[in-house]
Amino acid sequence: MNLKELAEKRPKFTSGHRLCGGCAVPIIVKAILAGTEKPVVAANATGCLEVASTIYPYSSWDIPWVHSAFENAASTVSGVEAAYKALKRKGKLNKEIKFVAFGGDGGTYDIGLQALSGAFERGHDFVYVCYDNGAYMNTGGQRSSATPYGASATTDPAGKVRKGKMEFRKNLTQIAVAHDIPYVAQASISNMPDLTRKAEKAFETKGPAFLLVLSVCPTLWGTPANATVELAKLAVETRFWPLYEVENGKYILNYSPAKKLPVEEFLRPQRRFSHLFRPENKGLVEDIQKHVDEKWEKLLNLCKEK
Amino acid sequence: MSEFPTNEQLKRKVGWKEKPIGGFITRAGSALENKTGSWRAFRPVIEEGKCIHCGLCAAYCPDNAIIFEKGKRKGVNLDYCKGCGICSKVCPVKAIKMEEESKFNSK
Amino acid sequence: MTKFKMLPLTGNQAIAEAMRQVNPDVVAAYPITPQSAIVETFSKFVADGKVDTEMVRVESEHSALSAVVGASLTGARAMTATCSAGLALMWEIVGVASGLRCPIVMAVANRALSAPINIHCDHSDSMGARDLSWIQIYCENAQEAYEMVLLALRLAEHPDVMLPVMVCEDGFITSHCVQNVKIHDDSDVRKFVGERRSEHNLFDFRHPVTIGAIELQDYYFESKRQQQEAMKNALKVYLETGKELSKLTGNDYGYFEKYRIDGAEAIIITMSSSAGTAKTVVDRMRNEGKKVGLLKIRLFRPFPYEEVKEAIKGVKAIGVLDRSFSFGANAPLFSEVKNALFDMEKRPKVQSYVFGLGGRDLLEEHVEYAFKELLEGKLTGKEKYLGLRE
Repeated sequence: MNLKELAEKRPKFTSGHRLCGGCAVPIIVKAILAGTEKPVVAANATGCLEVASTIYPYSSWDIPWVHSAFENAASTVSGVEAAYKALKRKGKLNKEIKFVAFGGDGGTYDIGLQALSGAFERGHDFVYVCYDNGAYMNTGGQRSSATPYGASATTDPAGKVRKGKMEFRKNLTQIAVAHDIPYVAQASISNMPDLTRKAEKAFETKGPAFLLVLSVCPTLWGTPANATVELAKLAVETRFWPLYEVENGKYILNYSPAKKLPVEEFLRPQRRFSHLFRPENKGLVEDIQKHVDEKWEKLLNLCKEK
Repeated sequence: MSEFPTNEQLKRKVGWKEKPIGGFITRAGSALENKTGSWRAFRPVIEEGKCIHCGLCAAYCPDNAIIFEKGKRKGVNLDYCKGCGICSKVCPVKAIKMEEESKFNSK
Repeated sequence: MTKFKMLPLTGNQAIAEAMRQVNPDVVAAYPITPQSAIVETFSKFVADGKVDTEMVRVESEHSALSAVVGASLTGARAMTATCSAGLALMWEIVGVASGLRCPIVMAVANRALSAPINIHCDHSDSMGARDLSWIQIYCENAQEAYEMVLLALRLAEHPDVMLPVMVCEDGFITSHCVQNVKIHDDSDVRKFVGERRSEHNLFDFRHPVTIGAIELQDYYFESKRQQQEAMKNALKVYLETGKELSKLTGNDYGYFEKYRIDGAEAIIITMSSSAGTAKTVVDRMRNEGKKVGLLKIRLFRPFPYEEVKEAIKGVKAIGVLDRSFSFGANAPLFSEVKNALFDMEKRPKVQSYVFGLGGRDLLEEHVEYAFKELLEGKLTGKEKYLGLRE
């Protein structure tokens, strides 16, 4: 789908939501929901998207939507999908319905991982979209296992003795691939045609599909509201956030930046990384660059394998 | 059965006897009554001559505040525009400028 | 005369049989001793095509109830079963299920909570969840458990109620003990249970509904008040539904069973399988001329305060047997009974007995001991224990 088509689509996620100005999440939701024309039911984990879109009695959702708790978007949608299968089998329903679960990195990488894993293993026909802004942003920016190395989070702040989060990010995309689900992809709003194509593919996939989409949080990354798309682009161009997909175990690299920007260009504009540029913290940016390079090489090898 | 909440119900905050059980919101998109345009400190101004109607601003707007119809950018929905400025940054021909909201207040 | 089959079934099998007859749309359950046989028996029904249920073999109890909530909100019929640590794990969602007004029926094979870990019967699990706005029904035996599942479904789905129901059976004691169970005719049961009708659900695409919004300080209280009202309605609907089920089964489903209460000077109030033991003792002591009786409570939540007060008028001494502690406070059933009696002009003496924790047997001699104390007026204000080694 091209951007003009996306611009004209009737929004299933309406204006009036209370996500911060410049938040990437509504852009992600718009792109995802545009990925299917079929009726879709959404389950949502507790987090920025859920709270800001449904402060009672206001709701931004023009599709059936359910939120039950923080860690169970995947198990809630499993139940919805199971009911669909049952009602269809009993002849009580005959339309084709698509199922999507939205969760932040908070409700997916950590507390929601079990439910995600279970839903993948059971092979439910649904799309799980994780919008990854690298911390529990809705509650002020506590660290998650998706928080990048070196980032300052409120529960792992940069200080005299500890320099922010000192663990590298968990690789949830690989965890999803390890479940042998038919479709897994990493995407970014900086490459919208790629994101919408992946959304379409995910909805068409029979069985579980997982989309990990980089989300930019200007409020807690400490970046200007208007720089969201630029930052998403920098994440991709520095190879911090590779764009790739894994279809039935086969890796496809979607985009290889011609000019590999140093990761520093992605880190520098963000307040959560500002301490890395102080003289006493010298070396940390290099560690991050080394890690990005290693992960990139690993990914290239996976994509080359026949 | 009318969908909940009606605008009238939004104004007065219903009691427990009137509120639908389970906290169900049966009026889809009731958030449209929440005009987030009041958040704005800056307003996008689109230069008509420069605009090439590519649709990027409307596609990217997190609040669906840029109206795009039949292949043309029609305008900005000031009811919802939060003034984030993403439209201005993604415009490939720099046709959008963010101007201070205070300039437009007639009061 | 309605048709039926007499089958030798354990409590778990009887519950699974009720579920088979209901033929729910979705069952999502996780095994936990001593409930596993419910899930296993039902799984065999699924495997043999005896039901149309979509079975979700979830990876934990938290996911079990989450999936059941998701299914229920589509307007489908969804059921599950658990106990003890499983109920503890799903505790968060127990409140979600009732808050979202899902008419779910969940069987609980009452088992002690950890720690220490113990797989045997006591009521600490369901008692620990008694304030979460679920209707709670305690069943004496497999027959009651079987029939209460059917009653519970109609009760839960009643438009004036719309609350989930826990149908409790004693773990191992009822769940694993083979009993003669009268299984009613499939079509009679189906007719009683009927179809679920839901007004707003997740599969309505013409009027999409948002479920689970955040309700801040300005709305939350009203939602909870609604649940309290639903509980009040449940008192009425429970009796009405019970009367309707009686027409099919011939059994009684009052808030409680009055066993030889008339003219009793001392009675025991208890729930679940211990009532069976107590009935044996009541019979023996009555034969000896002792004026004793038993009040077996079936409906614990909502608690029928007025009716309990009416039922025990004229009784001089009451012993309340609780199969759980409420640490630092009066035991749950004892507490409710005391509440019920408070407004009486002439109050009987009430004694709290805690018994049977972690599956400790309640023997007839324990019940007899309690009755003797009650008849002799040996009542203290302090909690007493039956079967505890000092």
